[in-house]
Amino acid sequence: MSREKLAVQQARKAFLTGGSKPLEYRIKQLKNLHRFITERATDITNALRKDLYKSENATQMFEILGLEGEINLAVSNLAEWAAPRPVNKTLLTISDDVYIQPEPLGVVLIIGAWNYPIAVTLQPLVGAIAAGNAAVVKPSEVSSHTAKVMELLPLYLDPEMYKVVTGGVPETQELLKQRFDHIFYTGNSTVGKLVMEAAARHLTPVTLELGGKSPCYIDKNCDIRIACRRITWGKYMNCGQTCIAPDYILCESSIQDKVINEIQKCIQEFYTKDPKSFADYGRIINQRHFKRIMALLEGSTVAIGGDSDESECYIAPTVLRDVASGSKVMQEEIFGPILPIITVNGLNEAIQFINEREKPLALYVFSSSSKVGRVMHYFQLLNGKQTIYIFSQVIKQMISETSSGALLANDCLVHFTISDLPFGGVGNSGTGRYHGKYGFDQLSHLRSCLIKKLNMEGVNQMRYPPHTTEKLRWARVFLLKQVNLARWRQMAQVAMLVALAAFVVKRFLR
Amino acid sequence: MQDSYVATNLATKLDDCFVRREPLGVVLIIGAWNYPLQLILSPLIGAIAAGNCAILKPSEISQATEKLIAELIPKYLSQECYAVICGGAEETKTLLENKFDHIFYTGSQSVARCILQAAVVHLTPVTLELGGKCPCLIYGRLDMKAAAKRLVWAKFFNAGQSCVAPDYVLCTAETREMLLPFIKEALESFYGSEPQQSPDMGRIVTDRHWNRLVELLKKSEGKVVIGGQSVKETKYIAPTVVVDIKESDALMQEEIFGPILPILTIKSLDEGINFMNEREKPLALYAFSDESQVVKTVLERTSSGGFCSNDGIAHMTLPGLPFGGVGASGMGNYHGRWSFETFSHKRGCMLRGWGLERVNVLRYPPYTESNLSWLRWATTAKKKGWASCSVM
Repeated sequence: MSREKLAVQQARKAFLTGGSKPLEYRIKQLKNLHRFITERATDITNALRKDLYKSENATQMFEILGLEGEINLAVSNLAEWAAPRPVNKTLLTISDDVYIQPEPLGVVLIIGAWNYPIAVTLQPLVGAIAAGNAAVVKPSEVSSHTAKVMELLPLYLDPEMYKVVTGGVPETQELLKQRFDHIFYTGNSTVGKLVMEAAARHLTPVTLELGGKSPCYIDKNCDIRIACRRITWGKYMNCGQTCIAPDYILCESSIQDKVINEIQKCIQEFYTKDPKSFADYGRIINQRHFKRIMALLEGSTVAIGGDSDESECYIAPTVLRDVASGSKVMQEEIFGPILPIITVNGLNEAIQFINEREKPLALYVFSSSSKVGRVMHYFQLLNGKQTIYIFSQVIKQMISETSSGALLANDCLVHFTISDLPFGGVGNSGTGRYHGKYGFDQLSHLRSCLIKKLNMEGVNQMRYPPHTTEKLRWARVFLLKQVNLARWRQMAQVAMLVALAAFVVKRFLR
Repeated sequence: MQDSYVATNLATKLDDCFVRREPLGVVLIIGAWNYPLQLILSPLIGAIAAGNCAILKPSEISQATEKLIAELIPKYLSQECYAVICGGAEETKTLLENKFDHIFYTGSQSVARCILQAAVVHLTPVTLELGGKCPCLIYGRLDMKAAAKRLVWAKFFNAGQSCVAPDYVLCTAETREMLLPFIKEALESFYGSEPQQSPDMGRIVTDRHWNRLVELLKKSEGKVVIGGQSVKETKYIAPTVVVDIKESDALMQEEIFGPILPILTIKSLDEGINFMNEREKPLALYAFSDESQVVKTVLERTSSGGFCSNDGIAHMTLPGLPFGGVGASGMGNYHGRWSFETFSHKRGCMLRGWGLERVNVLRYPPYTESNLSWLRWATTAKKKGWASCSVM
């Protein structure tokens, strides 16, 4: 039997013992996962330095912190997430228990990626553990040093319930032949399709966190300096190897020069005049990707950067100007430190450009609202906003006329850190979502439960044959009326108060 | 659907974070033949409510309804946004070569696999409402008469052609002996002494399906204690109960989907639960008992799309409950708000302000220890119950 098949079998056996069902067990495992990242911090940061030239602080800030947050969130909310969720009843079921019970799916396969190997491999694991599943984790072999560190997970997590299987394509293919109850994949759409196909054979549901070209529109009426700071940060983090990095810029030609100037200033401020020797500027993961990215420069004009060093897989922070939509750099997700600028004649053309392409994982728009709009916004904030008004016409139009996994206005990447926002794609950028409670729900089965008793049999008469029109009339009343008990209680309270008031008036205030 | 507002903490109070439910685009809804109107129009409600356009492919097996849908839909719904396409396996295959933004399928596992394969090409998300053998465990102290009535209603409704019909019964020998007379009684009160004459007794949908069921009955090694008659010309099969069924019996090898009820005997609750767990996860699982501990045990130790105690099918009628399978019985769900969610994309939106750029300095390179410790402080503030996000 292959190593992969054995791992899956063991995980399934462990799951079937029911060991992962108690909440105390899940919390313990989550806390152990937390211990793993704190106790092995040095190993992790060393590995990421070797794999992606990430500095220690960058690893902490952009891989570990978020993961810690997810673990803490799951631990503190698990009781609430895993509890039965009551729903509205009908008159017919008024004395029954009607609720949704979240349950584990079984054995979940998590296939990690190499760009934020700790974050994108272990964050789904948090959801899997919290939901009570067993898991098989397949870290990306491309970030080989980090994969090696993940082999230490069995020292912290229950080694029977959670397996780590390392390896490349043949090992992954062998894993995909096995039957899982859910497959969670982060990566590109080509392999995503292969994963979905393998899953289809067993009717296994999948979550695919893919990518695409995330557009970034800069409205000419905004603070271009601040916009460029945020874009520069978002683009060149991890040397552009972020699934939600702003892939390309769309802006009017009148501001292109200013944008280029501002980005140049930011690059110098963040990465010094010599990014190559700067500890906080990363490297391309390997030679294959290095060559792929450098080839994309063909046919476009370099405005900033463009230099590289193959021996170090170093590519300077690069900006391309006046890029044509048919150019090489616009044919695939760049996933590197090259930022093309495409000029458009305003928002409508930008929206058209975006909609002609596959739905991206993230969409960025930079625009200021009018002074009136800003005043209204703060006024709304002070009053504890309940409904959302979007005060920038540009943003409003962008939101309503495009589709994307997520939309972020006036910044880049940070929506990733809000656990209450679902993180996932649509169309070509993926299917399913996670983070926070969404991760828990994604890897659970929400089982509908109706707990009835054998009494009140009389009521059932109306549904038994022979079927008459009279019975149908009653059925409509009993089934179509939704009952909200809280509302009834409220109404009953109000009625009581009114009766009391009437009594008081009548008795004492005559 | 109103954008649902998402809580932010002190650091992001000036930002708007919300989830927007947006249409997916063009969805394909493939209907089934057993409740041909409901199973194609109910998903359509969700698709329309969520703002999508839709293509309907009604089942070609329920021919009369297929014709009606094709005729009436264009008369009532916008012809630009909603279309009906009729046809069999070949036409469906061709239809599936197109790109859809979601495919909703109700039917069998084997066809579901083909649908999934087609969906892979365009990375299309799918909802699969499949079936399976829905077990019905009857155990412990219980009101036999009431249980029998509900069981009989759920089983023989639509001549057993319901995806959530109780497929087979598991009970002890004593329970079975007490149950059988009540089952007979219930059948008589519903369909009279001649079910064939009752207008409420359904028929099998096609000759092919009728043949399949009659074959199953022939091959079965069990003993027919109620019914067993069948008439080819009218595709009629009498409400039938078969006992002394072994695990290897023909009736236990596939979803019955007909008015034949096998009763298997078990010696203990554990045996019943293990029997159910050795099989594929069903679309519905039923437990009949007046002992709430029995119901609780079954619920906790099994898995299924939905669960109902002391009744059959009823959980489907509650629009607040998500209706769908798990494992081999399907993926995804619908009904009520769940339909809307199924056909929507939940787009996370965050609108940041232009102020606080000084604070953003904490996250820009060079990455220093002091920045890191500020960010760490911001994230540990999460523990105090402030939902998400940091100074990032």
